Amino acid sequence: MSRTVEIVVGLFLIAGFAAFAFLAIQVSGLNPTATQGDTYTLVARFNNVAGLNQGARVTVAGVQVGRVAAIRLDPLSVRAEVEMHINDRIDYLTDDSIAAIQTSGILGEKYIAISIGGSPDILGNGDRIRETQSALVLEELVGKFLSNMVNK
Amino acid sequence: MTTRTARQRQNDDYIQIDNLHFRYRDRTVFRGIDMRIPRGGITAIMGPSGSGKTSLLRLIAGQLKPGAGTVRVGGTDIHRLSRSALFRERRKMGFLFQSGALFTDLSVYENVAFPLRAHTRLPDTMIRDLVLMKLEAVGLRGARHLMPATLSGGMARRVALARAIVLDPELILYDEPFAGQDPISTGMLAALIKRLNDTLNLTSIIISHDVPETASIARHAYVLADGQVAGQGPIQEILESRAPEVRQFVKGLPDGPVPFHYPAPDYRDDLDLGETC
Amino acid sequence: MLNAIALLGRYGLNRLATLGRAGVLFVAALWGRPTLRPGLSLLVRQLFNAGVLSLVIIVMSGLFVGMVLALQGYTVLVRFGAVEALGQAVSLSLVRELGPVVAALLFAGRAGSAMTAEIGLMKATEQLVAMDMIGVDAVRRVVRPRLLAGIITMPLLAQIFNAVAIGGAVLVGVKWLGVDSNAFWVNMRESLSFGEDILNGIIKSLVFGVIVSWIAVFQGYDSEPTSRGIGEATTRTVVYSSLAVLGMDFLLTAMMFGVD
Repeated sequence: MSRTVEIVVGLFLIAGFAAFAFLAIQVSGLNPTATQGDTYTLVARFNNVAGLNQGARVTVAGVQVGRVAAIRLDPLSVRAEVEMHINDRIDYLTDDSIAAIQTSGILGEKYIAISIGGSPDILGNGDRIRETQSALVLEELVGKFLSNMVNK
Repeated sequence: MTTRTARQRQNDDYIQIDNLHFRYRDRTVFRGIDMRIPRGGITAIMGPSGSGKTSLLRLIAGQLKPGAGTVRVGGTDIHRLSRSALFRERRKMGFLFQSGALFTDLSVYENVAFPLRAHTRLPDTMIRDLVLMKLEAVGLRGARHLMPATLSGGMARRVALARAIVLDPELILYDEPFAGQDPISTGMLAALIKRLNDTLNLTSIIISHDVPETASIARHAYVLADGQVAGQGPIQEILESRAPEVRQFVKGLPDGPVPFHYPAPDYRDDLDLGETC
Repeated sequence: MLNAIALLGRYGLNRLATLGRAGVLFVAALWGRPTLRPGLSLLVRQLFNAGVLSLVIIVMSGLFVGMVLALQGYTVLVRFGAVEALGQAVSLSLVRELGPVVAALLFAGRAGSAMTAEIGLMKATEQLVAMDMIGVDAVRRVVRPRLLAGIITMPLLAQIFNAVAIGGAVLVGVKWLGVDSNAFWVNMRESLSFGEDILNGIIKSLVFGVIVSWIAVFQGYDSEPTSRGIGEATTRTVVYSSLAVLGMDFLLTAMMFGVD
């Protein structure tokens, strides 16, 4: 009797930890190897990063290559400076690449999409992406659209 | 052995209670009680319901604290002990609860083994021998695998008795051992209490309002009434006492110092039989 | 009038004393070195009572809650053409809120009330006093394993609830309503972070575990030792722990995900 109780309790504990592991890995996408992998840092300045969060994806052609590590205000230019950690294996980003803040779907998360240019020079650790496109702010768009309507 | 007999001669009362006062919530339970419980005998403490008999047992066991006065058990003042010293002192006491108070999640065997497991590091084989001996003494060796829920009231009390004596105490406190028992199991319990007391050389205190059964085995008796000792002495004297409180209790008279009527205003006034008719 | 004020004062003092007793019990139960010999097997027994016996209700409720969430979420999201966000909507509300809270409420009803009734019954049948008389600390022997078991099982039960509920959501959302499986999972993974969401959810359920089992053991230990008293204590356990869980949930949410 007591033996079965112990075994069942053991199963229960395992089930609990398994559920935890499932949530951690499958649901939150916690992946120890991916975050630990070697990265190098790139910086880009945007006029507006509204809605972009730390930890957001950085993609090339829709494939994730890194994450946003930090977002801060550059006091000189008064623009938003975004620091990105890019996977080491992606060592072919040219110095004329364009970083754009995009939205997945209408209501989705903001992420950074990098389009690679044709320059022979490659970006290294600490380099800056010069060409940027800011976040699309829906309210501004709507505002412009409305004022156009009125002006007509 | 010589020291023990010397101490016995010097102090033949196992329990001394002096000027005990006790209040429970807003009620005064005891107003100055003195008692001497002799070593090695069965002493009955009797009294009507609500006279504080159970409180007295708990005071002796140190579970309740008195307002004033002292309780000495085997010479030590119970209420001045630290918690751990009190727990050590209690190993010399067995307590038989009114309901038996068996642990419902443990079998009969484990119930009796409980004090041994809690206080000793004996190997399992020795625990087994001790438990079976005590169960044999109460005639329930065959019931060791049963759970308490399946026992009759009398059997549960006998198991509880086996548990109370498993550590070989010097003193056993019985709280209403006969309450709610049929005549057969009452007689069985009475005989058992007497036999255990004689063979194990114990001091026993029985709290009861069951006069004939208690009188058949006790040597001395105290009668409590109204927060005080109303009568005391050898059992035969108590049974023939002329003191009104004792007489009413022992003979079971419907009216006396304990009134039949709850205090009430005048009957005629209450029924409005005054000037109106 | 003066009488009413005095009455109110006495009521307040009584409440305060009750709170004090609860605090003393909590400390007394956890105080002192844990003992391995009877301690571990007593704990296993209580893990069984609190955890395993709550499993059925947790799994069933988790399944239904997940299915309902998926259904409700789908009907709203389909209007915006954003059904891909279903995984995100379901998992966020589950991991942050519904999992810990609903699991705690179910736990209070299933395991908490059982704890109260059990301890209350032990008190009413003089088992606690008997232990004291035998020289065994009833608080450590009876209250401690139950309290610990509640604190340990609550986060595990909440995690199981979440996992099953997400399974239920997949069943309804992906299998029946035809949301793209890949979009469902990817969206979920994108929007949930381990540190912020999952860990905070676990902290929540840990706090709820402490609260519910504390209330449960205290109500049992402090109950009036009659059958009516035990019934009332059981009711109080469910009512007080439900209120405490919901109130505490607001505070914790404000602290964790608050607008900063």
